[in-house]
Amino acid sequence: MAKNSTRPVVATLDGEDINFKRPSQTKEILRRLRKNKGAMIGLFLLICIVLVVIFADFIAPYEAGVVQVAENKLAPMSPEHPLGCDSYGRDVLSRLVHGARNSLLVAVAASISSCLFGCTLGAIAGYFGGKIDMLIMRALDIFMSIPDLLFTMVVVAALSSSIPVLIIAMTLAYFTNYVRLVRSGVLNLVDQEYVEAARAGGSSSARIIISHIIPNTLGIILVNVTLNVSSLVIYQSTLSFIGLSLPAPAPEWGSMLSSARVDMMRAPLLVVFPALAIVLTAFSVNLLGDGLRDAMDPRLKN
Amino acid sequence: MHRYIIKRLLFLIPTVLGVTLIIFIVMNVTPGNPGRMILGPNATAAEVEAMNEELGYNDPILVRWFNYLKDIVTKGSFGQSYSTKRDVLEELWPRFLVTLRLAILVLTLSVCIGVPLGILSAVKQNSLMDTIPTMIAFFLAAVPSFVVGIVLMYIFALKLGWFHSYGLKSVSDYVLPVVSATICELSAYLRFTKSSMLEAIRQDYVRTARAKGVAERTVIWKHALKNALLPVVTSIGMRFGCLLAGMVTTEQLFSIPGVGSLIVESISMKDEPMIIGCAVMVSICFTLLMIGVDLIYAFIDPRIRAKYSKGG
Repeated sequence: MAKNSTRPVVATLDGEDINFKRPSQTKEILRRLRKNKGAMIGLFLLICIVLVVIFADFIAPYEAGVVQVAENKLAPMSPEHPLGCDSYGRDVLSRLVHGARNSLLVAVAASISSCLFGCTLGAIAGYFGGKIDMLIMRALDIFMSIPDLLFTMVVVAALSSSIPVLIIAMTLAYFTNYVRLVRSGVLNLVDQEYVEAARAGGSSSARIIISHIIPNTLGIILVNVTLNVSSLVIYQSTLSFIGLSLPAPAPEWGSMLSSARVDMMRAPLLVVFPALAIVLTAFSVNLLGDGLRDAMDPRLKN
Repeated sequence: MHRYIIKRLLFLIPTVLGVTLIIFIVMNVTPGNPGRMILGPNATAAEVEAMNEELGYNDPILVRWFNYLKDIVTKGSFGQSYSTKRDVLEELWPRFLVTLRLAILVLTLSVCIGVPLGILSAVKQNSLMDTIPTMIAFFLAAVPSFVVGIVLMYIFALKLGWFHSYGLKSVSDYVLPVVSATICELSAYLRFTKSSMLEAIRQDYVRTARAKGVAERTVIWKHALKNALLPVVTSIGMRFGCLLAGMVTTEQLFSIPGVGSLIVESISMKDEPMIIGCAVMVSICFTLLMIGVDLIYAFIDPRIRAKYSKGG
């Protein structure tokens, strides 16, 4: 009885907002996204990169790009090594392709996990308010007094680097935004009538947060997750460039760049390829994310 | 007003306590063995154990944290480096100043160029003054500063030989590191200022001012700009703090002895007091900056002034 009476109230009052359970809204957003040329180019590039990541083993002829052949040191481009070899005689194409796997995997995982972690904290802070809110926000203020990169370096120093540690460190660097975002979203929504109606209808706090409050902030969260993937790709390549990412033979774009600069005079192309890979990936994600933001809310378009 | 300033300054204390505690906890997730680090592989287990005991390493973490803070307050000491045996602060301070100098140069240049460009592209929206800088800034958002640095290094240091590719011995050595970090920083300011300005231009009070017939120049410079710059001031504080840590790639690339490269070196040598010292130092500097920004805010934003002047 209680359940039946809440449903229609939610459905009608919720209708004004973003795409929650309204296929027409989603369709509308997708239509706008499809019309955006930049976003489509970004999506296309991204699909290519993801395909490369999935089929890395077929594309890259030299297993995981870690095989060292002394006589191939700084070998130029050739049919066997389309992009040449680095100073250890490793095939550059293989390293690039397998590096894509490391970079994207970590970036996407960290982006999603920072979103989940941050949203949970933000929803708790905003919904319960009072002491819990104050505690979380003060702790966050203190936490944010440590610059991101510095904190990540400390985490990596303490736990020594591996893929899970990188994901944790990067999650901790990126979750703070979501806490604020979701908290302010929740604070705006808690007083809305449909939330009150849901509460009167006997919905639990968790249910209200998950089925009413989160969907209403979903649009902006989705845009953030997408755009964060690009900054996390850059972030990880930064870590890898300063030598704090995965340990030595693992192929990574940042460390490829960092080691290639030693031989920059003799083999400048060694620098170009990983740099292009980083820029292209981040750029295509940015294109898609920007397009997504415009499609979600055309008013924000500048 | 005074109440606000005092409140912000008092918040410094829990922040510094919290920051050091967080760093302490993280550094102690995996137990280290400083005795072994200091005495080297030839020392006996008993000697190592005695050293650990002497350093107080066997105490519970909260006790060590408390002792660490006590040493900072009473002796002004951040401990002793494991690898060089020198005082952490003595080693850290000159390198911190190098980073600070670079970061201030980068900040000044990127704010002085990026913010006006952002305002311009918002005011002249959809003209060439807007699209060209915006497109360049959008592209640069995907370019890490070390990539810009490597490109500049290749062209201007290795090919043309105009500058040195490493070190900071003369004034001209500053050019490449500062420019490469500025290019990325600048585009961030451009994007941020532009969106903040566009937001302000769309506000009701701007429409009202225009409707009342206020000259367009006054509308832009007085009504919109003043409001648009508030969030920009906040972001300057935030970004400057991150820049202090973020200079690490530039420092590594151009072999500059800054605080970032000191942390990286210390991490590879597992020099715990040095890592903690650097992290605490940069974080305190960051906190002070944010408080400074908040205080500036209190002066320039009448809303905050009004909120706190009621109670005295």
